[in-house]
This record gives sequence, C-alpha cells and structure tokens, in this order.
Amino acid sequence: MNQAHADLLTLLAGIAGILVAASLIGYVLQRRLSPDGSNAVIENLNARIKAWWAMVVLMAIAFIGGRDGVILLFAFCSFAALREFITLTNVRRADHWALAAAFFLVLPIQYYLVWVDWYGLYSMFIPVYAFLLMPIISALRGDTDHYLIRVAEVQWALMICVFCVSHVPALLSLQIPGYEGRNVLLIAFLVAVVQLSDVLQYVWGKLLGRRKIAPFLSPSKTVEGFIGGIISATLIGAGLWWMTPFSILQAGLLALVIALMGFFGGLVMSAIKRDRGVKDWGHIIAGHGGFIDRLDSVIFSAPIFFHLVRYWWSLT
Amino acid sequence: MTLVRQVATTAIILFARFITAVRGVWQGSEPTFRQRIYFANHTSHGDFILIWTVLPNQLRQMTRPVAGSDYWLKSRVRRFIGCDVFNAVLIDRGQESRKQAPVDIMTEALDTGASLIIFPEGTRNQTDEPLLPFRSGLYHLSKARPGVELVPVWIDNLNRVMPKGEFIPVPLICSVTFGAPMHVGETEDKNDFLARARSALISLSSKSTALST
Repeated sequence: MNQAHADLLTLLAGIAGILVAASLIGYVLQRRLSPDGSNAVIENLNARIKAWWAMVVLMAIAFIGGRDGVILLFAFCSFAALREFITLTNVRRADHWALAAAFFLVLPIQYYLVWVDWYGLYSMFIPVYAFLLMPIISALRGDTDHYLIRVAEVQWALMICVFCVSHVPALLSLQIPGYEGRNVLLIAFLVAVVQLSDVLQYVWGKLLGRRKIAPFLSPSKTVEGFIGGIISATLIGAGLWWMTPFSILQAGLLALVIALMGFFGGLVMSAIKRDRGVKDWGHIIAGHGGFIDRLDSVIFSAPIFFHLVRYWWSLT
Repeated sequence: MTLVRQVATTAIILFARFITAVRGVWQGSEPTFRQRIYFANHTSHGDFILIWTVLPNQLRQMTRPVAGSDYWLKSRVRRFIGCDVFNAVLIDRGQESRKQAPVDIMTEALDTGASLIIFPEGTRNQTDEPLLPFRSGLYHLSKARPGVELVPVWIDNLNRVMPKGEFIPVPLICSVTFGAPMHVGETEDKNDFLARARSALISLSSKSTALST
C-alpha cells in the first residue's frame, strides 16, 4: 500500500465515521419526532444521508478503479447533468442534430482528451470548436425562431455540464514534484471541501439562520449559514493539508476559494432553476434532486481550483 | 428463447432508462395486480416501452401493448421485439384488409387475464395539439368488459427525445404519470365518455412536469 492509498483510506474512514454518526442521529430523530414519516425536514435529512452513503461508496469504487475509473465516473456525471440541463431548455426539432452531437460527440471527445492528457486541446475544445460547430449545425436546419437563445442554452449546457465537470478528473494529470501518484487526493480534497461546505452552510443556516442572503434566488440560504459554512469549510480544508501538496495556510486559502466558488455556483444554478420555474434539476438522487443539484458547487470550483494548482504547483 | 427474451427485455429497459431516466408517478392509482386498460397519449414508437419500463416487474409480465400489425410485422427484428419481447396484441389498422374487428381481438386478450396498453388516438400525434380526438375503440372495449379499470397514462417529453424522422435519440428526462381509474357510466353516451376520458388524460399533463418534485 502506498502513501496515496493510506491517505485515501484515512479520509474515507473519517467520512464513513461522520456518515455513521449522521445516520444514527437521523435514526434517533426519526424515532423521536417523525415515527410515522410525517416530519418533512427529518425525512428529507434521512433521504440525504442515504444518498450521501451511495455517493461516497461510488466515489470510493471509482478511486479504487484508478484514473480510468475516475474519468468514467465523471463522464457519466457529465452525461446525466447534460441530460437534466437540456431537458429544461427551449431546444426544438431544428436543434436535434446539434444536441445529438453534444451528447455523442463532444462529451466523449472531451473526456477522451482528458484521458490522453492533451491539455492544449481539452482546455479549449468546447469553448472554441464545439461553440462554433453547434450553431452551424442548428443554422443548417433553417429554423431561426429564438435562434440566439437556443444556441446560447446549448453552449451553456456544454460549458457547465461537460467542460467544467471534466476539470475534476483533469486534476489527475497535473505533475507536482514530490506528489507523484497521489493526484487522486486532490480530487478527494476538492470534493470533500465543496460538499462539506454545502452541508455546513445547511447546518449553520438551520441552527442560526436569520437573515436571508439571496431571498429571490435561494430563500433557504442565510447570511449566518454562508459565513459559518465558509469559515468551517476553510478550517476543515486547512486541516486536510496532509493529503495535499500544500502547506496548512495554502490549503486553507484554496479551500476558501473552493467554498466561495461553490457557494456562488449554487446561486447561479438557482437563478437558472428560477428562470425555468423548477425547484430541482431532476429526481435521480432521493432527497437531493438531480445530479446538477449535487454537482452545482463542484462545477464552479473545479476549473478554478485546477488552474490555480496548475499555475502555482504543476510542472506541466 | 426465454433467456433471449429476458436479455432483450433487460437491454431495452436499461436503454430506455439510460436515455430518459424515466420515472413513474402514481397519481390517483397504485401499481396493483388489478386487471386494467392503460390508455396513453401517443407521440412516439417508444411510448409503450416507457410505460413498460416503469411498471413493476410482475405487472409488466401481465401487461400487453396493443399495436398496429402493419408496423410490428414489417421486419424480423420488429416481429421479435413486438411479438416475443412485448407480447403485443397486434391489430390490423386497415379497414378493408382486416378479418376481425380490433375490439374483438382486444376483448379476447382481456379474457385471458392480461392488462392492456392502448393508444386511443389511433395514431402518433404529430401536431401541436396535446391530444388528438379519441377513436371509439376505448368506449366499445370498456362496454364489452365493464369490470376492467381504465387508467389514463400521460407520457411526458418522449416526443422531444426522438421526433419523427430522426434516428438518433437525444437523452432527455421523461416521466410517465398514472391517473385515477375510471369506468364507463351505465347510461353514459359514447361521445360524453370519450370526452371525459380525454380530459382525464390531458389533466395529467400539466401536473406531470418531469423535473418538479
């Protein structure tokens, strides 16, 4: 067993410990306050905890599968997210080929480029080639009704669901001196900080939340939840420095950036949901809505985290 | 043969879930063993595959789609999928060529204890209207076997997955909503009943937005 495996096991054991505690608390709360399943908050909490178990197990399996497993997992997440996103857009008959190309050409090519580690191409394939190709395909069908809106929607869908998400497995290709073979821990660091920040904002908001921070976008988010969540996620990130190539201070600063981007990513995705008049992106994960509902904060923090680490730490 | 059939069934259901992440919503009825006629809107050849996918395994085995023989007997693959996998009740839609009235064929199938999936519009809806006018088959069938529940089923979004003339499906989330069971009233007029059934089906469409929970 190498160092990466040992660190990963430590992290997984920690997360499993937290989840066991959460499951126990959820069970006791349900027995006490909602024996007949009538308390919506507690039922939702327990559904969330169950979904967390599933996600952690899935991530662990992917990590065991190594680089290929992680790339496949995130390619599938991109697929599911894109499916949810496109469902909510105004696309019509004339966009059919453009959409088929997005799902069955652009998405596989992007992940193939990440797999063969072709940084020069995967960092601009979607914003340059795909963004020029899609409007051409749609234009060829000759339907100009709401053309600009339709094109913009498909481009944003690709940007959010494929381009941004693919930067998570791309972390595996960074070459950091003295950190060889342990890159999977960068993903674990990113995902752990983002998701804990989400959970802690929820918890602090439920405990102390008074003032709404974005009443029109996301009525459940509060100033107290935001401050408490970001500070505690930053501290936890700093405390996870041992599994990263960073110092304690650097780990804390990066965690702060990740948590902030995650928070604002969540707001942006809420704005899109409001615009489309829905509460959740989908129904795949019980208690969590759709894939995008769980991925939204990772989506915005992944490319920023990737480029910060690449610029300051990586050789390539 | 049964193994091939099972593999094909599983493959078709997995594919349907992969493309549409389809979810069954039971709104006013429950997935139980009662004999039923599910009547649904028809926009795509994949319609009964979606209904089939969201039915629990044992209900699926007792439920047979009613489909046009002109389409499902055309090639060996279609014949295998239509007859062997879906166990479809095939009816001849040509007024001239058919030997037996469709309602009689469906009644015979009901008498074996099967539940049926039918599309009372008679053909795929390619218009901007939510539903075409119903053919009268639903009424005559229900008159012939009044004990069988009629359950409206709204299939949402599948027409966007694969519009007519396209051969590559675009993955989009679909839902299948089952409404409250209904029967023909004893003195109810044919047109009144068809209008009532049609509005029961349409009323499911506004509620069955695939993405709200």
